[in-house]
Amino acid sequence: MSVKLTEEMLKALPDAKGHFGAFGGRFVSETLMDSLMTLEKEYLRLKDDAEFQATFDKDLADYVGRPSPLYFAERLTRETGGAQIWLKREDLNHTGAHKVNNTIGQALLASFLGKKRIIAETGAGQHGVATATVCARLGLECHVFMGAEDVKRQSLNVYRMKLLGATVHAVQSGTKTLKDAMNDAMRDWVANVDETFYIIGTVAGPHPYPLLVRDFQSVIGRETRRQALEQAGKLPDALVACVGGGSNAIGMFYPFLSDENVELYGVEAGGLGIETGQHAAPLCAGRPGVLHGNRTYLMEDENGQIAATHSVSAGLDYPGVGPEHSWLKDIGRANYVSVTDDEALYGFRKLTRVEGIMPALETAHAVAYALKLAATMDKDKMIVINVSGRGDKDIHTIAQLDGIEI
Amino acid sequence: MSRIEGVLKSLKEQGRKALIPYITAGDPEPGQTVSLMHTLVDAGSDIIELGVPFSDPMADGPVIQLACERALVHGTSLRQVVGMVKEFRKTNTTTPVVLMGYLNPMEAMGYEAFADAAADAGVDGILTVDLPPEEAEDVAPLFSARNMDPIFLLAPTTTDERIKAISEHSSGYVYYVSIKGVTGSATINVDEVAKKVAHVHELTALPVGVGFGIRDAETAAAVGKVSDGVIVGSVLVDTIARHQTDPEALAKALKDLLHPMREALDSLAS
Repeated sequence: MSVKLTEEMLKALPDAKGHFGAFGGRFVSETLMDSLMTLEKEYLRLKDDAEFQATFDKDLADYVGRPSPLYFAERLTRETGGAQIWLKREDLNHTGAHKVNNTIGQALLASFLGKKRIIAETGAGQHGVATATVCARLGLECHVFMGAEDVKRQSLNVYRMKLLGATVHAVQSGTKTLKDAMNDAMRDWVANVDETFYIIGTVAGPHPYPLLVRDFQSVIGRETRRQALEQAGKLPDALVACVGGGSNAIGMFYPFLSDENVELYGVEAGGLGIETGQHAAPLCAGRPGVLHGNRTYLMEDENGQIAATHSVSAGLDYPGVGPEHSWLKDIGRANYVSVTDDEALYGFRKLTRVEGIMPALETAHAVAYALKLAATMDKDKMIVINVSGRGDKDIHTIAQLDGIEI
Repeated sequence: MSRIEGVLKSLKEQGRKALIPYITAGDPEPGQTVSLMHTLVDAGSDIIELGVPFSDPMADGPVIQLACERALVHGTSLRQVVGMVKEFRKTNTTTPVVLMGYLNPMEAMGYEAFADAAADAGVDGILTVDLPPEEAEDVAPLFSARNMDPIFLLAPTTTDERIKAISEHSSGYVYYVSIKGVTGSATINVDEVAKKVAHVHELTALPVGVGFGIRDAETAAAVGKVSDGVIVGSVLVDTIARHQTDPEALAKALKDLLHPMREALDSLAS
């Protein structure tokens, strides 16, 4: 099922209150309201400001290394035996993932707003590294909140952040993962609201964050659209991206929303299997609720308490999802599916061995689903996988699963 | 007139200030909550703020986070909290009870079902930390229609324009958050709070309760001097944590904390 979205409809979203249909909004304590309203006002002004946009574009080109290539994975396509598989290489960005597109944009906003102290939450550590990186470059004080469990799982990224000069706060509350890191980042923000800019890493949180993260990440889809037309002479038939909070997926999807013939697939973390309850797939198996400042699909128990999540990939281990994805699900524009830990690990190995490209475990979810999807499609069809990040950070996890100590 | 309005009006006529303690329902375990509420009343409380535990209390510091975790270990749900108020009302029909918490448990229960159950149990006010008036348009009227007061927060960062708008959406009282920070996190600057609360009084006719950072008789009196009531939370919850295995010692410790605050507040009346 697919609906026709016009440019006009899309421009009207989010509405003035930050709503995407029934989702989004601004559900925060009063202390933060003024700051969020100022941020919204300033962003709406800077969005169309030539100097701001020129600085952003220049940083994406010269510092991040954009445009990232759109690569035809010929051997993977041949082995899979279906649609042509193309890869959007966000893993080749500076810092190794799509996250930096957004941190560049938000740090620039912080500079325009005169804020000198930056805070961020991180799961796998990619957003933390990307934030610490731009802070090093701009000389900003940087504090990264990371669940104590994730600090253990992603020690390499923790050390990278420290090398970059950031202070990493290991969060001991709750489930000690991404959602708790976000709770503590918000607590820090409330206490230091005047001098602090909170760089949220995913396309969730209170309005205007889902709007500005989507806008900053949309460079992925805009490039893909142009590159597909140039290199393949047509638009892709399907786009596949992994969804934790959903920033790489929305960045890829957004510029294609009004192209009704382009099918969109967001791949959630199925963990040990949806039926086990041990997963991180709110769009596939959750229901709408309110967390971290927005209304969206959530994993929760019958009393509205947020449920513990499980995924082999720290970056997808989150009980919520960006509100625009919830809207796209409900109107039927995008398909949301899941693959298990094991399937993702298969995707990781396959792309590594067949194309010599080692994806992040988050990305491996998209790869795994795309392989299944491609096999059902005709050879003249075209799929683009958003390779949101590289897998170096996950080598310890993979080795551990293989029973190897490194 | 709601029970909250009645109590605050009568205090005002006597020149007295409201003592408003906060505890988390279900902490240290659900069986003790109703009896703790009675203890709070016996110690001189005028209104009780009863916290609804939530897994992700983003506006709370470690003390109340841990209280939520203790309550949730026992599976304390919003339905059960409403049940506790109903139980409390069997022997106390005069002390207003305000439920304070986060939106998602209410959303999960269903707003209409929650409003019906809360009104039936004798709940008097609802304060939802992560629900600013802008998002409360469909929810707050459900409470007002059942004679329960929607209570909203004001913060040091709230602009004059918002103070007026928020007051229009509130009834009973407005809750002024005295510090930029989470609950239990910092000591308040009394002079600054006094100035700001005086300013809030100029912008709204509603009574103003002040919370965050009030931990002893001295701060209670200083804040009581400029407001209509003081809200005391983390210091009580911390006391509950320290005496969680001994209900008798806990009751005594709570009274020892609240009595001096009550006396200090009443000494202002003259």
